[in-house]
Amino acid sequence: MDKLLRLIGQRLGLGLLTLLVVSVLIFSAVELLPGDLAEAVLGQAATEETVAAMREQLGLDRSAPVRYLEWLSGAVVGDFGNSLISGERVSDAISERFSNTLMLAAYAAVIAVPISILLGIMVALLRNTLFDRVANVMTLTSISSPEFFLGYILILYFSVKTGWFPAIASQMGDTSLGDYLYRTFLPALALVLVVTAHMMRMTRAAIINLLASPYIEMARLKGVSPLKVIVKHALPNAWAPIINVVALNLAYLITGVVLVEVVFVYPGIGQLLVDAVAKRDFAIVQACCLIFAATFILLNLAADVGSILTNPRLRHPK
Amino acid sequence: MTHCKPLDLSRRNFLSASAAGAALATGILPSQLRAAPKRGGTFRIARGHGQTTDTLNPAIYENGFMAGLSYGYNGFLTGVAIDGSVEPQLAESWEASADAKVWRFKLRAGTTFHSGRPITVEDVIASIEYHRGEGSTSVVKPTLEPIESIGADGNTVVFTLFSGSADFPFTLTDLHLSIIPASGDGVDWRSGDGAGPYKIVEFKPGISVTLERFANDWDSGRGFFDRIECLSVIDLNARTTALISGDVHAIDKLDLKTVGLMARRPDLNIHSVAGNQHYSFAMSTIKDPYSDRNVRLALKHAIDREEMVEKILFGYGSVGNDHPIGRGQQFFNTELAQTAYDPDKAKFHLKEAGLDSLSVQLSAADAAFSGAVDAAVLFQNSAKAAGIDLGVNRVPNDGYWSDAWMKDPFSAVYWSGRPVEDAMFTIAYAAGAEWNDSFWDNARFNELLVAARAELDTDKRREMYWEMQAILNQDGGAIIPMFANYVFATGPDIVTSEPFASNWEMDGERWMERWSFA
Repeated sequence: MDKLLRLIGQRLGLGLLTLLVVSVLIFSAVELLPGDLAEAVLGQAATEETVAAMREQLGLDRSAPVRYLEWLSGAVVGDFGNSLISGERVSDAISERFSNTLMLAAYAAVIAVPISILLGIMVALLRNTLFDRVANVMTLTSISSPEFFLGYILILYFSVKTGWFPAIASQMGDTSLGDYLYRTFLPALALVLVVTAHMMRMTRAAIINLLASPYIEMARLKGVSPLKVIVKHALPNAWAPIINVVALNLAYLITGVVLVEVVFVYPGIGQLLVDAVAKRDFAIVQACCLIFAATFILLNLAADVGSILTNPRLRHPK
Repeated sequence: MTHCKPLDLSRRNFLSASAAGAALATGILPSQLRAAPKRGGTFRIARGHGQTTDTLNPAIYENGFMAGLSYGYNGFLTGVAIDGSVEPQLAESWEASADAKVWRFKLRAGTTFHSGRPITVEDVIASIEYHRGEGSTSVVKPTLEPIESIGADGNTVVFTLFSGSADFPFTLTDLHLSIIPASGDGVDWRSGDGAGPYKIVEFKPGISVTLERFANDWDSGRGFFDRIECLSVIDLNARTTALISGDVHAIDKLDLKTVGLMARRPDLNIHSVAGNQHYSFAMSTIKDPYSDRNVRLALKHAIDREEMVEKILFGYGSVGNDHPIGRGQQFFNTELAQTAYDPDKAKFHLKEAGLDSLSVQLSAADAAFSGAVDAAVLFQNSAKAAGIDLGVNRVPNDGYWSDAWMKDPFSAVYWSGRPVEDAMFTIAYAAGAEWNDSFWDNARFNELLVAARAELDTDKRREMYWEMQAILNQDGGAIIPMFANYVFATGPDIVTSEPFASNWEMDGERWMERWSFA
């Protein structure tokens, strides 16, 4: 167990280093984009005079390293600064959007993860039957279509033609949880369709891979039912790759959903990031990217810890 | 929301049909019957604009979402009426000195901000001064350059201009020139306190804004909805579906390609309003080969305007004549010959310029206007017949206004137009103007511009503005092939203005106060 804690500590330390590198990369990338915040905000209406005045007021006339170090000195003590355009605190600007994204990701994950693992077990059990084929074709079709296209199809059938669900998920005012789940059902469903195939197929492959092992053959020979063979004997050894792929998909649900947000008008963090990049609002871009990077780092760490915990050989090394 | 529609004999249709019958019988005009719209209801609208970076800072309002919001929650000294004339708002009346240099605006008595704070002369002065002066980062700073000083005289605000300007009251209708509470040396825009017909309940940039009718509005004849929810829905498809499925009552920025399909639904109303919004290809007249007037004329004759209106605007627009004045404007030159697609004439002008062939690069991006790249390609094809090799330089949307426009010698441009001729000419065609994207300097034009501005005699002004349009048509550095209509849609049971204001999108962006439920 000590070893595990040490591993977590090491990985968190490395994670922080990664975040630092990411922040440098993001800063340089924003700097490399043509035009700066003043020109982006004033757009067609920009004049040399107003651009210069805005640069001076926002401190954009100073050199890039100075601005980066200033941001960094704040960030290490938890102050991510203010949005350069609205003057709002970055944490305020992001928190509501990020919690929206987390809510939707959790909604989709709660549906997608059990379904795909169950489906994976079932298709492993019934492999090469009609059920297996149909499930594979369906999930592969949904993963191969771009998510915005899936979104449009869902809107067409469940909103325009039948009127069962609202076409836009945008919330007005305070809504109850039930109302929230109803309004965001279509975007959650679109995400479920996108991530299910990956997890289901990994579950199927990991289990089938093990079915050729001698100990499974032994179990079969002693008369264990096929379902029990898979659930009790194969699955425990298949957890590691499944957990890895689930973690990857969870990260995707948080960081890669901007298209679904746009199609369903859901106010998540993806659209915030896109707008901030378009306006070169560095403080917001940086905070969003760091959140994304941290999500990946933490979920990867969770996946590694998970696979260690499910594997007795790693849990109790000699 | 129900979609069943057995017969078209809904209550509203029946009423309007019988009302029309009654009107015919008694000779009352339908417009008089519409005089008292019903109050109440929550109006939901999806706009194709809005970004998370939007702020209530009036110096940088930049898109349609903010324009509609600004006219909804803010008070202004003057406004543009539906018929395009200037109407009193927070200023009850105004008068000009004989040379139109000193303008006195008398404030309406007893008006307050939403917070209950009375609107004073100081608030008005601070609100306008906020956009002027050294450190100003306001997008309207150049528009206010003609103002020399602003002072107070009791309940009257006195503007002194550097030179006479007959249209000055129009300047103050700009959506950025809202009257907001003065605070310290400047203004307090962060509080969201305004003096318009609606007050902000909640503003979530890039997502939505919720407003409530301001009970103590000075004008009881406007603002009919109790509550307005304005959503920012950038995705075209999502916007369209939201209207069709009844989630919202109105949308803007329709997909022109599919408007025909939408119009088939009897419960939706598609509105197409001809305005002053136009698209242009600006040539830098200080760079070769565009410095030669004949080259400019050759290019003007090498563009097929009719084809552009048909293929880029899908018929929702009209051809332009290389000047920025819309057909509905007071001093539109009705007798000016339309420049038409004529490859032979283009060749003739090339020969006049001493050239056998011409090779130019046109920079375009869809950020300039929707369909700009396609328009450039159409131009390329039509120019081929005139022996002009026009290369389309597709540039990124990102940073288009800072890196391509006015930097590249030939580029695509969008102009929203201005309610009066003087404003449009001054910001984009006067010598030395900040946004004079053709870097054009025509002595006669500049002379007429100043003279017409201070001229109070309408006939003389007309003569001058007509001549200016003719000069632009023959000599100007901008090719203006088309004027784009404002196209938007409303759902069932929404009563809109009739006709619409044409000075800006969505009923002059004053839909909040002008529309109502049936």
